[in-house]
Amino acid sequence: MLDYAWLMLLFPALGTLIIAFFGRRLGKGVISWLAPGTVLLSFAVAVSQFATLLGLPAEERHHEVVLWQWMTAGSFSVDLALLIDQLSVTMALVVTGVGFLIHVYSVGYMHDDPRYSRFFAYMNFFILMMLTLVLANNYLLLYVGWEGVGLASYLLIGFWFEKPSAADAGKKAFIVNRVGDFGLALAIMFIWSTVGSLRFADVFANADVLVAAGVIGTVTMLMLLAATGKSAQLPLYVWLPDAMEGPTPVSALIHAATMVTAGVYMTARSAALFDLAPTSAMWVAGIGAATALYAATIALAQTDLKRILAYSTISQLGYMFLAVGVGAYASGIFHLATHAFFKALLFLAAGSVMHALHGELNINKMGNLRAKLPTTYWTYLIGAAALAGIPLLSGFFSKDEILWYAWQKSPVLWAVGLVTAGLTAIYAFRSVFVPFWGQPRDQKLFHHAHESPPAMTVPLIVLAVGAVLAGYIGIPHLSLIEGWLEPVFHAGGAAAEGAKAAYPAAWVEWVLLAVSALVALAGAYFAYTAYVVKTSIPKQVRDSLGWFARLVENKYYVDELYDKVIVNPLRDLANWFAGTVDKAGLDGAVNGIAGIAGWLGGQARRLQTGLVGLYALSILFGAVALVAWLVIR
Amino acid sequence: MTEAYLPILVMMVVAGGFAAIALGVSALLGPRRPNPAKDTPYESGIVPLGDARRRFPVQFYVIAVLFILFDVEVILMYPWAVAARQLGLFGLIEMAIFVVILLVGFIYAWKNDAFKWQ
Amino acid sequence: MTFPTLNFPVIAPQIVLVAAALIILLADLMVANKRILGWISLIAVIGALAAVFVCRSDSAAFPLALGGPSGPGTMALADGLGLFASAAVLIAAGLAILLAIERVGDFSRFEKPGSEKKQARSGDHPIAEAPGPQVTDRAGAYYALLLLATAGMTAMATASDLMTIFIALEIFSLALYILVGFNRRDLRSGEAALKYFLLGAFASGFFLYGIALIYAATGTTSLEAILHNIQPMSISLPFRPLLPVGMGLLLVGFGFKLALVPFHMWTPDAYQGAPTPVTAFMSVATKAAAFAALIRVLAAVASYDRPWLLALAALAVLTMTLGNLAALRQTSLKRMLAYSSIAHAGYLLIGLAAGNQLGVEGALYYLLAYTFMNLGAFAVLLAVQRRDENDVTGDRILGLAGRQPLLAALMAVLMFSLAGIPPLAGFFGKLYVFSGAVEAGLAWLAIVGVLNSALGAYYYLRVTILMFMAEPAESDQEISSGKVETLQPGWAVMTTVVLAVLGTIVLGLWQWPWTQTIAQAVSTLALR
Repeated sequence: MLDYAWLMLLFPALGTLIIAFFGRRLGKGVISWLAPGTVLLSFAVAVSQFATLLGLPAEERHHEVVLWQWMTAGSFSVDLALLIDQLSVTMALVVTGVGFLIHVYSVGYMHDDPRYSRFFAYMNFFILMMLTLVLANNYLLLYVGWEGVGLASYLLIGFWFEKPSAADAGKKAFIVNRVGDFGLALAIMFIWSTVGSLRFADVFANADVLVAAGVIGTVTMLMLLAATGKSAQLPLYVWLPDAMEGPTPVSALIHAATMVTAGVYMTARSAALFDLAPTSAMWVAGIGAATALYAATIALAQTDLKRILAYSTISQLGYMFLAVGVGAYASGIFHLATHAFFKALLFLAAGSVMHALHGELNINKMGNLRAKLPTTYWTYLIGAAALAGIPLLSGFFSKDEILWYAWQKSPVLWAVGLVTAGLTAIYAFRSVFVPFWGQPRDQKLFHHAHESPPAMTVPLIVLAVGAVLAGYIGIPHLSLIEGWLEPVFHAGGAAAEGAKAAYPAAWVEWVLLAVSALVALAGAYFAYTAYVVKTSIPKQVRDSLGWFARLVENKYYVDELYDKVIVNPLRDLANWFAGTVDKAGLDGAVNGIAGIAGWLGGQARRLQTGLVGLYALSILFGAVALVAWLVIR
Repeated sequence: MTEAYLPILVMMVVAGGFAAIALGVSALLGPRRPNPAKDTPYESGIVPLGDARRRFPVQFYVIAVLFILFDVEVILMYPWAVAARQLGLFGLIEMAIFVVILLVGFIYAWKNDAFKWQ
Repeated sequence: MTFPTLNFPVIAPQIVLVAAALIILLADLMVANKRILGWISLIAVIGALAAVFVCRSDSAAFPLALGGPSGPGTMALADGLGLFASAAVLIAAGLAILLAIERVGDFSRFEKPGSEKKQARSGDHPIAEAPGPQVTDRAGAYYALLLLATAGMTAMATASDLMTIFIALEIFSLALYILVGFNRRDLRSGEAALKYFLLGAFASGFFLYGIALIYAATGTTSLEAILHNIQPMSISLPFRPLLPVGMGLLLVGFGFKLALVPFHMWTPDAYQGAPTPVTAFMSVATKAAAFAALIRVLAAVASYDRPWLLALAALAVLTMTLGNLAALRQTSLKRMLAYSSIAHAGYLLIGLAAGNQLGVEGALYYLLAYTFMNLGAFAVLLAVQRRDENDVTGDRILGLAGRQPLLAALMAVLMFSLAGIPPLAGFFGKLYVFSGAVEAGLAWLAIVGVLNSALGAYYYLRVTILMFMAEPAESDQEISSGKVETLQPGWAVMTTVVLAVLGTIVLGLWQWPWTQTIAQAVSTLALR
């Protein structure tokens, strides 16, 4: 059964090709069945893989499917092969499961879009690439998926390219991601030239070679760079808020549930390497904690519903990095899975609101929407509660587990995590109370609001059920997921196990659990008072904070800083090259004698020879420099 | 090893020095009294008419290039003729191939009116 | 005098190509339908390719016929490296011919100068001028020159003597000078040709002088003999400094042909001015031939010493960075791709600078990948190029995805490959050469390379943005009313594009047959 894992890739691949080339001829009716259908088939295969793995003893839950020999260079070779183990199957289940629901939702959401077929071709392509990423058995294939999802993300963010902001956002996402990608590419090259293989099993078995060569720190830090790019962590998070320019299902699928978690997945997959590089692991945890807190403060001050969710995603990804950084890989993946459910839910609900209000996203123009959009309201409430970590919902269990491991590593990390949890509860419930409660602030918008079609609400309900239940597989001490995933992170699991054993009292865990539950509830209560009962509080808080509030509202001016320091100088440099080098070259020579004459300041009398002479001079200088260097050496 | 190069260095210094001194001294000592007659390209020659950079028929180039091509062909035949006995049949065949290639070029140029003065 | 023994299989590709070129020249005088000439030349290229495959493992040589400086040395060597590069050149030639078959008339036809005058005289009676101005079609010359250039390039790839390398270089350079200026109706074409020719002659001078100095130092021009002569430092003292000087001058000559910075200045002008199929051909085939020769020369003359490698590394950094930066802000797509091909020469050079097995293998793989993707990209440009124009601006591909989805998708694949996005061939080429650099302890070079490819992604991406995320420059109304010529790319152009894209994908996804061939080719070289 496990040998049929490639079917998971086949279905979305076929879907992509068919829709891309025959989409227009097929018509919307066929596509709206075909596109979700391929993902559903992949999901079915993933479930069968999962069931098969469950039936095997723990030590046999590792299977590699070689599709074909891919490349050889000398003694080195890489196969195009899939790895089926607990981690990859868990990821595949999340990707195809959540992905399927979002496809169904999109059928309704994108119904009137003129580029309907192109949208679904991109979406199926994304699923294909994401599955490639999580099912790869070597770093190279992982990198293929890594770039592929980046490409899909870029295409989908810029999907409504008529809006310049959307086209810009797509470009920004791609370029920022490339900065991170170059880290992964270099890490792969280091691994290749040191270990001589890129297969996960070989690399992890020979991780000590990397230590002996003294490059383990470099490799893991480069991986961290890659992960911060893809998973929107400090300092490369800037693309994600802008990515909200894409259609909402895209935000839900790519920029909340699946693609952005690729960095977490890769770090967890490379657990064996990070275990040997404690400094890098500390960096992972530190960056995670800092991002979690940082993004949560920004989320508090946003007024755009989707942007609140975007910063929330960044913050929650910070939690996941915190988890994998402190060696709690299983908890990180657990939070990844629960987050996929409730964040996809929140985004889709936000999309439903947007659908109802004709694209309006400013929460200060909404109000009392629960009367008009009951299904959306209830599902959004469940999602927000899960995000806030209200007890007995999925977010509570996974977040608590991360905090518990953070406590064991360092109380400082725990404290940061706890403060973030409080802030999370506040902004989560702010995003519930302001739009859905109180009085309608814009009567016209309110009047025209209407509930979304079933194709959109049914996925919301299914996801809501998931957001409630997904946490129960990971209840402390009854945890299914820990026992299920732990064997993948051999060394890491053992370390965490050891730490747990070394820790004397179980009551500490219960106390911490109670504390985080209280913080979440307190945050929710504060949000209730501030945004429903006594709405003057936010203004007072803002006034008392002064410059800090402005800083937060403007997202710490990071975008502006990047523009000043990196983007503008680079553009100037390019302009200089295009201007000067080109003027000296073709433009002047061909387009006009006058232009060149001006450039040379009237020095060159006979233009034609003067120019070619310039070229020849360049050759001559090059020749002199080259020969001089070779003679001196 | 550097001693071997010493004469070359001396020669370069002397040559450079000579040129510099000659130019420098004449610039310093020579009287400068320019007049229009002195500034003409040939002071005691014919007065130039018009610009030296004038257009002339591009056909000249074609003829010149063709001339060089067939000139080289003939020149190659001389050394071949000297060694023709030793090279024997092989050399004869090679020369035949060479001539055929040029012949094709000749026919092509001819048919394209390269020899016609237009 | 001993009779020279010619080993015909080694020079069979050149014999086929030159013979076909001569036949085409003669046939051109008799045939009115010039398309037949295209098919003949395509058959010739395929025949030459077959000849390459026939003598695959037959690494024999043929000695110099008329005595001379290198005595018993061999002039050409059909080893793995030479055959691989020859195959790349021939593939490029085949695709370039296929590309031109439908469109050669755009730039090969022109009115005879004499007929213009006649027309002017009878200008008062346009109806009387029924036959119209006399049109000359130089299509035959185009194919013949292309074949001769190909012959020169394959000869350069298999040359094992500095003299053969130089002669081969001149053969293909002369043909290319003419081809660049082939479009008589476009002044830029002529200007590009003149610049290319003048600078090319200049660079050839350097090259020849380098050969002379190396001959002075080692007493031979045969690469094998040079390798043998410098091994035990047998060069007598006063001649020793001549070797690095000579090698430096040789590098200048190679640098010119490969368009390395700072010997690249002619490239944007020539690539933009030349007819598009010529640009497509020369941007890839020249590099294949010159790289093969450079690898051989470096293996013989430099024995891959460190100073050489550092000089190459410095050239690579300059070339990549300048190429990419200048490409960022181009409005002409042809010129952008010209700068991009400069940048790619820089990536290729990284493999040589690494100087190890992996790096050189990577460079050869990259060469093949580059052949497909760059040629394909220029082919797409030809597909959207108007018949009366010689340049392609960004306007031509605005909103292409809406009008010609297949062409736009193919172009996107090529752009992604050039940008180095997996799993396309362009990515693996970069991966190999950069890994080679890391393995050789030149991690900094790999980092510069990776940063550069991130930079390059920007402008390749811009092309896809223009195609997929922009509205056409002309409104639908203008197109439907026939005001603007809507171009349907012909089937031959499309076939070329499809073949190039297929090559790009297959090289990426199904690699081991190619990498194995390359590994065999490289194994015969004296590398570290």
